[in-house]
Amino acid sequence: MMDILQILFSESFWAASLRIATPLIFGVLGALLCEKSGVLNLGIEGIFVAGAMAGWMAVWLGLGLWGGVIVAACAGAFFGLVHAILTVPLGLSQHVSGLGITMFATSVSYFTYRTALPNVSSPPRIEPFQALDIPLLSDLPFFGTVLFQQTALTWLALLMVIVVWYVLYRTPLGMAIQAVGDNPDSVDAQGLSVYGLRIGAVMAGSALMALGGAFLTMSAFDAFFFGMVNGRGWICIALVIFASWRPGKALLGALLFGAFDALQVRLQTEVGALVPGQVFLMAPYILSIIALMIAARRADYPRALLTPWFKGQR
Amino acid sequence: MLALLGENGAGKTTLMNMLFGHYMPDAGNVEVVDQQGQLVPLALGHPQAALAAGIGMVHQHFTLAENLNALDNIVLGSESLRLFKRNRSGARRKIEGIMEHTGLNVQLDVPVGRLSVGERQRVEILKALYRDVRILVLDEPTAVLTPQEADTLFEKIGAMTREGLSVIFISHKLREVLAFSQRIAVLRHGVKVGEIATKDADERAIARMMVGADTPKIPREDMAAGDDVLQLKDVSIVGRAKRDSITHLDLSVRRHEIVGVAGVSGNGQSALAALISGLVAPTSGTVAIDDAPVSMFAPQNMVQQGIGRIPEDRHHNGIVGDMSVAENMVIERLGDPQIQSRGLLKQDAITANAQRLASEYDVRGPGVHARARLLSGGNIQKMILARVFEQDPKLILANQPTRGLDMGAAAEVARRLLEARARGAGVVLISDDLDEILSLADRIFVIHDGQLVAAESRDREEIGLMMAGQVA
Repeated sequence: MMDILQILFSESFWAASLRIATPLIFGVLGALLCEKSGVLNLGIEGIFVAGAMAGWMAVWLGLGLWGGVIVAACAGAFFGLVHAILTVPLGLSQHVSGLGITMFATSVSYFTYRTALPNVSSPPRIEPFQALDIPLLSDLPFFGTVLFQQTALTWLALLMVIVVWYVLYRTPLGMAIQAVGDNPDSVDAQGLSVYGLRIGAVMAGSALMALGGAFLTMSAFDAFFFGMVNGRGWICIALVIFASWRPGKALLGALLFGAFDALQVRLQTEVGALVPGQVFLMAPYILSIIALMIAARRADYPRALLTPWFKGQR
Repeated sequence: MLALLGENGAGKTTLMNMLFGHYMPDAGNVEVVDQQGQLVPLALGHPQAALAAGIGMVHQHFTLAENLNALDNIVLGSESLRLFKRNRSGARRKIEGIMEHTGLNVQLDVPVGRLSVGERQRVEILKALYRDVRILVLDEPTAVLTPQEADTLFEKIGAMTREGLSVIFISHKLREVLAFSQRIAVLRHGVKVGEIATKDADERAIARMMVGADTPKIPREDMAAGDDVLQLKDVSIVGRAKRDSITHLDLSVRRHEIVGVAGVSGNGQSALAALISGLVAPTSGTVAIDDAPVSMFAPQNMVQQGIGRIPEDRHHNGIVGDMSVAENMVIERLGDPQIQSRGLLKQDAITANAQRLASEYDVRGPGVHARARLLSGGNIQKMILARVFEQDPKLILANQPTRGLDMGAAAEVARRLLEARARGAGVVLISDDLDEILSLADRIFVIHDGQLVAAESRDREEIGLMMAGQVA
């Protein structure tokens, strides 16, 4: 018991939680943006892979770290565009298209990686983002370590929470995105383009998802591995429901999951001799299922989620 | 104020949707007077162009985002999407000005999902007025309002027309057309068959124009009611929402009588219908059929007890759209030995049954083996009537049986219900069309907020007030 308390009060635990949460923050914000406009994007898992691969490769080719971030976002937006064209004007099943995008984006990423590097056994490394060391602030006890030793991408993720919140709730564009996810007819009857809004939201959301992937190769690690995304995209889909489609709660959900995961690693070293390690690996997922069961019952779905809309059919 | 009249499927809404840019006409053009008083052609197929030309439309099915508040719904689309900030104070001032001027008041800061139907209707109208429209199209604006709410709405719109607004409204209700419009245009099967000044028109003349012939008056003979067939005693249902609940409801239905339940939809009608259909059990109180209390509330049990059900949403609850007409006609009695033996369906018997019923009940369509969803609304309803009446039920639950039907099909439904009454069945007729209830029912009840109250008189004014919940 004392051990757990010790972990909970340690700086490294909270720093790790925030680090683990960063890709999830990007992913859950992206999924939230897509779903607010009425489109479920199950391509998220593949878009994570594509973002991780594209960002890493751009840096490896010498575009610089921020160049890599932009390339990753563009790769995400591209797969978002494919998904949006299939599901918005063509009105195909969002589930089928999304899973297809996941498989497609994953395979294309692996294929590109293997084609570019046919004969390497150990993945080439890049110089990743370093902790943003802000003088004085970083030296603060506790908060200094937790907050001011994160990389720039973590800060970008936190900034994005505010940006997404502001756009959705404070701008005319956000009103239109919320309206198109609730009742596309309301947008059409006011002379706005349902297709334009939905395609734009899915592309922007997918770009955010890709940044989550890029964080993995450009900040958390320094190379691209197969299977490194490891279900993070699917976790984001669940977290959106947990967050009830609200950016603030999305941040909370991602942090909660990050904390579970960080706790799990530490508990493993503490009591690993008594309990098999697999139990701890399961723990964050089981806890998120329990959290979902509590939160999702009250969830406030965008009413038009999964419902295609066609011009001239009323 | 121009009223656009016609039966269902006459093309009224289609015409207005073309004017507003939802549909693209195959031929022809539309000209609108611009600010300078010149007639200019309107770019077709773009709601944006219609709005810019000063045309606003209030759709029959609300086009509101329920997660946004009324203010955001009204302003939506009028601001550039590239702005970083909403201009709320300016918009609010303008809307408050309009509300004060027209008397159409709504709560601006509450999510639309929490507003009443009447308020949502007013939000829709404010949406159009906020865009400074000069031509306002109203598609069946009073379908969801009580008679008093409807009259108030028309009086306010009438005041606006005297200030220069032009209004086109679509309605089925001849009474309000005659009371409030200046001119009437009638459509039939997509063709304009006549136009008449309202002061020269009367109900018979308009009906004749709409149908193309005089509507036959349905003969309704007086009849002594028999014994109770259904008794509800102090029944309450606590549903998920207020609209799915009824409280302390007493109702008895006798043989040879039609009991009309009037009310604005969403006041507990669906709970009452679900109870009689066996879809829900009462939370408290007792239900008895032929004086025997019902203990098991299951649809199958109710069918076996002799209850015939005509559901409100015939497309979703009345038929299985992807099964054939013949299969749908026997779907409530699959255990019947005439239909199956040892678990296998008797296809020949099912087909013969369907062919006989289709000709008897005049169900038209691509044949009895076609999928039921291919039938028109009127024919689907006739198919359901055939299925229900064939079982000679002692109690018939008819929930909104003529909603969305044209005059011919509606008259057929009414005739069949009266026929069942003459044969000795009790009928519960739930309808939000007061005229239908007045013309068919022997006794009239009004349901409001889950409570059922007997109407003392057959005065539409008084019943209308009861529907609004203004009399205890």
